[in-house]
Amino acid sequence: MAIRDLSLSRRGFIGAGVGAMAAAGLSACSGQATAGGKTSLVVAIVSNPQMTDAISLMKDFRSKHPNIDVRFVSLPENEARAKITASVATQGGEFDVVMISNYETPMWAENGWITDLGPYMEQTEGYDAQDFIPTIREALTHNGSQYSVPFYGESSFVVYREDLFEKAGLQMPEQPTWDQIRGFAQQLHNPEQDFSGICLRGLAGWGEVMAPLDTVINTYGGRWFDEGWNATLNTPEVHDAVAGYVDLVRSYGQPGAATSGYGDCITRFSQGNAAMWYDATAMVSSIEDPKSSLVTGKTNYALAPVKETDSAGWLYTWALAIPETSKNKQAAWDFIAWMTNKDYLKLVGNSLGWERLPPGSRNSTYEIPEYAKVAKDYANPTLKAMGNATQDKSMVNPVPYTGLQFVGIPEFQDLGTRVAQQISAAIAGSQSVEDALRQSQDFAATVARTYQKEG
Amino acid sequence: MSTTTLDTPRDSQTTGRRDIVKPRRKGVVSGGVLTTVTWILALVFFAPVAWMVMTSFKQENVAASNPPAFFFEPTLDQYKAVISSDAGPYFLNSLIATGVSTLLVILLAIPASYALSIRPVKKTSDVLFFFISTKMLPIVAVIMPIYVISGQLRALDSIWTLVILYTAMNLPIAVWMMRSFFQEVPGEVLEAASMDGAGLIKTLRSVLIPMVTPGIAATALICVIFAWNEFFFALNLTAAKAATVPVFLMSQMTSEGLFLAQLSAASVLASLPVVLAGWLAQKQLVRGLSMGAVK
Repeated sequence: MAIRDLSLSRRGFIGAGVGAMAAAGLSACSGQATAGGKTSLVVAIVSNPQMTDAISLMKDFRSKHPNIDVRFVSLPENEARAKITASVATQGGEFDVVMISNYETPMWAENGWITDLGPYMEQTEGYDAQDFIPTIREALTHNGSQYSVPFYGESSFVVYREDLFEKAGLQMPEQPTWDQIRGFAQQLHNPEQDFSGICLRGLAGWGEVMAPLDTVINTYGGRWFDEGWNATLNTPEVHDAVAGYVDLVRSYGQPGAATSGYGDCITRFSQGNAAMWYDATAMVSSIEDPKSSLVTGKTNYALAPVKETDSAGWLYTWALAIPETSKNKQAAWDFIAWMTNKDYLKLVGNSLGWERLPPGSRNSTYEIPEYAKVAKDYANPTLKAMGNATQDKSMVNPVPYTGLQFVGIPEFQDLGTRVAQQISAAIAGSQSVEDALRQSQDFAATVARTYQKEG
Repeated sequence: MSTTTLDTPRDSQTTGRRDIVKPRRKGVVSGGVLTTVTWILALVFFAPVAWMVMTSFKQENVAASNPPAFFFEPTLDQYKAVISSDAGPYFLNSLIATGVSTLLVILLAIPASYALSIRPVKKTSDVLFFFISTKMLPIVAVIMPIYVISGQLRALDSIWTLVILYTAMNLPIAVWMMRSFFQEVPGEVLEAASMDGAGLIKTLRSVLIPMVTPGIAATALICVIFAWNEFFFALNLTAAKAATVPVFLMSQMTSEGLFLAQLSAASVLASLPVVLAGWLAQKQLVRGLSMGAVK
């Protein structure tokens, strides 16, 4: 009796399991691209303010493309990058449009993971691909073809408190040097009032402390690798750059700098706790927004500080690409074209406000009178910084890799973060700059070996 | 306290009246200290939650202010923003993943625990160890194969993939928990049932399950909490269609700009269903967790 019942119940449970599997299979089948005559797109983006704005403006896209249904996956930068990389690299096929940067674009194009967008751009009337800021367009081009189109672009510059500079009788040059910045920071630093002379990233991560620090290394005449792929983090130039940065942030930087990144610096500067901040030009959207910033109207901007070069800013862009696995490439392009054409900029300006425009993608953005008005303080420094952001102008010595604030090789995410951990420890004071660089040189040399063999 | 009352008569017999008071006073003092420490600990643990609720009623720049603001003009803006940001599908997905997986776990765990406690099968302890050993491998170590297999089966971004994984994830714990509840059912009761002619199914349904209901409720609640809060699988295996509430919370964060207030509001909303479930099942849960099923 018991046995018979048991076997019955077992069968029942197996049945339930099979049912669940079958349901999974069914739902997988129904999860295909077209539902009810509509093309369904899945778009993976980084959850930055300008992208959230795009989601809120989807009504406009739907009215123009009623047959395309767009669903978003929106995640913070690190998670988005990990997820998009995993999906595209393993041909997971979840996404029809992905947001990637100028770090990924050339490598992924080389691997054949993303679609050449040149033909799509040509066939789209009024798209005007030549209007993209040239340095950005160049950074997204591989073997003469553009593989992703910029949604917004940025370089780096210094924001400073003009009111406090005036009060202290200081004059910020249009193009400051690192020595001058150090002098200003020293004079304005006031730890008793919880006010720091400068805010600089110290958080471990290749996209955190390494971004500003790499531009310092560049302008000091340092580099990660020489043309023969020999690691060069043990050179005097790199040492001086890193020692200068670490000493500046330790002496006149924000408290707890070793754990503060871009987000922390935004909060600190916009709450009026710092005199200067060297970081991404995209900072303006937070600093100039009176809803989140207490220093609106009290600030001005200067170009990235230099040492041996004429310019030093970085170049970064969030751009949209279509993975080769997408089954709806034309619909995917229709969406990308909507989000990156000139009309979109007008749409944002008219519906959300001109200060919310995604900056740094098109030259024509800066010709819109309404935008020129709200951006009068930072439009020129931004454009100038982006125009100068090339290896020729920002580096002393030639290098075998692409990128200014990163090394354009897949290993760099890991290498950069390992080195960043060493630097972060030096900023925390738990080890010397010399020890940090010795260890970093070992890491870099290990990575270099692969390329030396290939070379 | 109970120690004091037990000890008192014995003390009074051996050492006289003055000492009777002493241990009691000591008990009161240590009891007072214990109460204070308990309160402090409870407050320390509750403080982040209270702070989260408070932050959810702030404007973004107030939430980011330094020093932190304790007095501010409360606003519902953040809740409005979260609700208008199309959170419905995420909650629905979480509800399906949590509900179906918990149901499956309970359905599978009841017979498994029965076989491992009341009618132990051969090598019961090996089987039990095998169950729990599946929890020893960190999820991050298996995510790549699971991701690739799901991709090959075209099961990425499907809520049923999560249902299966959450069932597998919670089953070992459920079997272990329920087994201990089942073990406390007196053998006589089952013998009596069998003598009355009840078969296995009837015994399970009419005798055993009613007796261990608090245990089943406690197990189910644990499964609900684990499944509702699960983040790693959800983040890696879902995209637009099957994303759950923890992924929605993540999407409220940004690396550029302020997000604490809105994230707090979203977190409060995300915690509500679990808190509510816990509150409703409180009585059963305490009984199930602290005393076992049928004491």
